[in-house]
Amino acid sequence: MGIKPLLTKDFATENLKQLAVYEKTGGYTGFKKAVEMQPDALVDLVKASGLRGRGGAGFPTGNKWSFLPKGMYPRYLVCNADESEPGCFKDRYLMENSPHQVLEGILIASYAIGCNLAFIYIRGEYLPQTEALEAAIDEARQAGYLGKNVLGKGYDIDVILHRGAGAYICGEETAMLTSLEGYRGEPRLKPPFPAVKGLYGKPTVVNNVETVCNLPHIVLNGADWFKAIGTPTGSGTRLWCMSGHVNRPGNYEMENGTPIRELIEEHGGGVWKNRKLKAFQPGGASMMVLLPEHLDVGLDFDAIAKAGSLAGAGAMVVMDETTCMVDAARRYVKFFEHESCGKCTPCREGTYWMANIFDRFEGGEAKAGDIDLLLDIGYNIDGRSFCPLGDASTWFPRSVIKFFRNEFQEHIAEKGCPFKKSVQEAVA
Amino acid sequence: MPLAKPTVTQIQELAARYPSKQSAIIPALWAVQHEQGYVTDAAMSEIAQHLGLPPSLIEATASFYSMFLTRPEGRHDVVICVNAPCMLRGADEMAAYLERQLGVRDGATTADGAITWHSTIECLGACGGAPMMQVDHRFEENLTPERIDAIIERLRTDPLPGSPHKGEGVEAPTPNKGEDVAQPKKPARPRARKN
Repeated sequence: MGIKPLLTKDFATENLKQLAVYEKTGGYTGFKKAVEMQPDALVDLVKASGLRGRGGAGFPTGNKWSFLPKGMYPRYLVCNADESEPGCFKDRYLMENSPHQVLEGILIASYAIGCNLAFIYIRGEYLPQTEALEAAIDEARQAGYLGKNVLGKGYDIDVILHRGAGAYICGEETAMLTSLEGYRGEPRLKPPFPAVKGLYGKPTVVNNVETVCNLPHIVLNGADWFKAIGTPTGSGTRLWCMSGHVNRPGNYEMENGTPIRELIEEHGGGVWKNRKLKAFQPGGASMMVLLPEHLDVGLDFDAIAKAGSLAGAGAMVVMDETTCMVDAARRYVKFFEHESCGKCTPCREGTYWMANIFDRFEGGEAKAGDIDLLLDIGYNIDGRSFCPLGDASTWFPRSVIKFFRNEFQEHIAEKGCPFKKSVQEAVA
Repeated sequence: MPLAKPTVTQIQELAARYPSKQSAIIPALWAVQHEQGYVTDAAMSEIAQHLGLPPSLIEATASFYSMFLTRPEGRHDVVICVNAPCMLRGADEMAAYLERQLGVRDGATTADGAITWHSTIECLGACGGAPMMQVDHRFEENLTPERIDAIIERLRTDPLPGSPHKGEGVEAPTPNKGEDVAQPKKPARPRARKN
């Protein structure tokens, strides 16, 4: 348990972005080994490794691959690099430090599922990361890892780097495919799942950046090696993006199952300014808040779910005792309001009204019934919106009302934010 | 103004690169914004022509994505994040400082046409370096008033548009000079166009 650099082990190497340097660290040996194997054996290997998708849902990667209907071609792989979840910055870190690792993972996944054209959908705001990947793709093409008959094995593969243009919803897999087809990035109904009817109506696998980065290591070291890391239902490591009120924010690659306490107190250097921990939020903007009593929960999909939140995309937002939980929830709700695609009514209207009511709390205009009104709206969005964006917009605010209802009441009683007032008084 | 030849060539290459030419819409819009600094109706019609698609389809797509600009902005863009992880580390104070130093409201362009700035609730992916902003799409992290001053100074004295998003290689677009009242960041409703 603890820090376990697997994906990030060579990140201190200078110029790791360059192909020659990446190859010196063992780069592309995983892909070379993979193309010696039968694709089906590769799928079985990843299944046996227990690798679960790192984008948020934690779905077993090998299983996802095996859902592709037999004999239907062409098939596509789309690497989800649209990282936009507030609190998350791990894919950015992986892409800018080792773009070839991302690419090698994509090549292995493509070979395993029998795909000859893969896409990387990267968010528009990640310009330096786009440039890093672009350069890596060019280098790999020149070195013969990409193109026709790669490594003389008769396998053709090309990768298109596709840049988004500022829409969080495109991180949702069906919205991503719609966007990639050139339309407004609105989600589609599932089923049919992308594995059956995805990009251009063809069988498609969507895998997150961090997920594919695990593949070269699994191929090289085997399923048993990977399974021995982490927990029985959560093999391997994850990158945790720590932010907020800690002394040392940043990305930490931790073995799954490591207690949250170790991440925050030991590696993050604890809560800043010698203050007390009030709450923290794993997973990103969508996920429910946890309390200091949850510090001994393990960094793991299942353990965090059992504690009442979700591991999501691996964020860890730390909040100290001076944090206004109402304002924190207000920011997230405004984010979802801004990012709602407008396709379905519960999400489009619900996030709008939640944001309005949160503004009333911060502006000192909230009324006694507004707390329950928020809960009512949340109840009517969750499970009733078209895609998970709407559902997720309600999880954090509702969990904050559950644990910090008194702060909402204080906002009503004091006609404004008690935390801002105390700060202003301290300054005056 | 009609699209420059290299942009047209690029759009044609893009159309051939994807299994469906419609997939080239977003990359084509990027190419146009790269050349002209923003995306006009005329440019969208031209894209439609080169892709053999109806112009309405191009605008339907363009209007969904907040990063495509529909009017000229300053030579450099500055976007400061005020979502929760940044808020926890003082983003509100930094945004207020930025506003004071630039002397124009959120969403507006400075009188000298150098800088368009706005705050955003959309996380930019640098929470570990909060408070943060993006300057011409490059990350500037761990902001302090001193760092903001240095960045503003650098941008004001840099005569070239921030590449590659502000009409690199052509004349800088005429900014909305000295605009003091910000365009609303987003129409209240309906939300046809984001940001």
